[in-house]
Amino acid sequence: MKSRIPVVLLACGSFNPITNMHLRLFEVARDHLHQTGMYQVVQGIISPVNDKYGKKDLVASHHRVAMVRLALQTSDWIRVDPWESEQAQWIETVKVLRHHRSELLSSLPQMEDQDPRTAPSAPAAVPELKLLCGADVLKTFQTPNLWEDAHIQEIVEKFGLVCVSRSGHDPKGYILDSPILRHFQHNIHLAREPVQNEISATYIRRALSQGQSVKYLLPDAVIAYIKEHSLYTKDGSCKGQGTQRSKGKTS
Amino acid sequence: MDTSEKTDVVLVACGSFNPITNMHLRLFELAKDYMNGTGKYRVIKGIISPVGDAYKKKGLIPAHHRVIMAELATKSSHWVEVDTWESLQKEWVETVKVLRHHQEKLAPGNCDYSQSSPVLERPGRKRKWAEHRQNSSQKKPLEPNPKGMPRVKLLCGADLLESFHVPNLWKSEDITQIVAEYGLICVTRAGSDAQKFIYESDVLWKHQSNIHLVNEWITNDISSTKIRRALRRGQSIRYLVPDLVQEYIEKHNLYSSQSEDRNAGVVLAPLQRNTAEAKQSNSTA
Repeated sequence: MKSRIPVVLLACGSFNPITNMHLRLFEVARDHLHQTGMYQVVQGIISPVNDKYGKKDLVASHHRVAMVRLALQTSDWIRVDPWESEQAQWIETVKVLRHHRSELLSSLPQMEDQDPRTAPSAPAAVPELKLLCGADVLKTFQTPNLWEDAHIQEIVEKFGLVCVSRSGHDPKGYILDSPILRHFQHNIHLAREPVQNEISATYIRRALSQGQSVKYLLPDAVIAYIKEHSLYTKDGSCKGQGTQRSKGKTS
Repeated sequence: MDTSEKTDVVLVACGSFNPITNMHLRLFELAKDYMNGTGKYRVIKGIISPVGDAYKKKGLIPAHHRVIMAELATKSSHWVEVDTWESLQKEWVETVKVLRHHQEKLAPGNCDYSQSSPVLERPGRKRKWAEHRQNSSQKKPLEPNPKGMPRVKLLCGADLLESFHVPNLWKSEDITQIVAEYGLICVTRAGSDAQKFIYESDVLWKHQSNIHLVNEWITNDISSTKIRRALRRGQSIRYLVPDLVQEYIEKHNLYSSQSEDRNAGVVLAPLQRNTAEAKQSNSTA
């Protein structure tokens, strides 16, 4: 019986803040890949973008990382990685993928972990690292100057994409519209989320600034953190910048 | 407007909650923000009233599980709680009677906010159940406005509003009473459909000031049906329902093709009752 290919899912983004929808992407993607019978998803990684990305209303990365960490407290397979956010400048997604792949390679279990009495099994397969995203990100490949063509190619050719559907988007169409994506479409997995759940972080930020409830749209621990640090308030303290660092090791 | 001029409101949501989802919980948050935002109301409490097993809906699992899941789901809420009165009745209870029951409980004399509905007795489960009940009675809903009595209002989604049209599902006098005496807060995505619905109904139109339409800007389609389907297919329901609910479902293996077949072929209680009564009144005419 052919064994399944181990996969690690990496999601890049602002996570400003993280929401239940982001977390759902991982669950939907994992179910989809398992359903194919070909893959075994072994890990999920959330990599919040660097502050230098310069997106409007982006709160300081140490906050965004801390919130993701809180959101993932109850997950046994997804973790947050602050590497991208800690670099001196903004990093292209393909470079984040390259970084995490080399991390995976260097962390493979050594042969001495295996029981010497048993016949040596095949060396542990290197997990394939795939970029996890919503269909809206797939669409941004078309935006002029946002992505380098060479990077898009490397992402779909050397890594692979798992793209979760989102209402108002036609991922099949985006693939067909792009020669690069068409060529590597076998490496692009389109996962359908049957439960429409359009929790945009933009909506969350607006609701918070208007003093409205966001309970059940993001984990309680994240909401508590936002309140504690007065993030996303109307009076412009939404940057959450300053010398305040959250307790713990996120810097 | 100072607090004493506002009308205190208690939101009651009736339904199967089979199982409860994040969408159900959102209804309360959206309704509360909306009503408080009008400046005329002060939402002091939310009540989830799961329907009794006698409702006989297809796929409906036993009430005590549905009640426990709702309790787990509202554990972290300071103002929304679960009431078991409806689920404990032997026969199915019309929604208007549930509203009446809760309104009467709020009357002075009956007014005791720590009073909770009878504990669900079940051999072997009593201790666990009591633990749940204990946790939920730690809620502190707002103290009622001493001047006026809190008003009970029915909280629902657009599907319930539109179900008014289903033949024999509702008694027309019940619908009238719900909108005339209590009031409806309907959370809906497509506000205009609900508005059209109200426009096309004389009764709803007459009492439109008592019908509040709340816009849900985020498409949040987490229906219990889809949750159950996902579970049958071994798919994840994490982040669609509270973690405690997901764990409870998994631990007790609540939903399967078997559970979905419960009540298959059985007529829904309101249809049964209203058709029988119609026949009765026809034959005595």
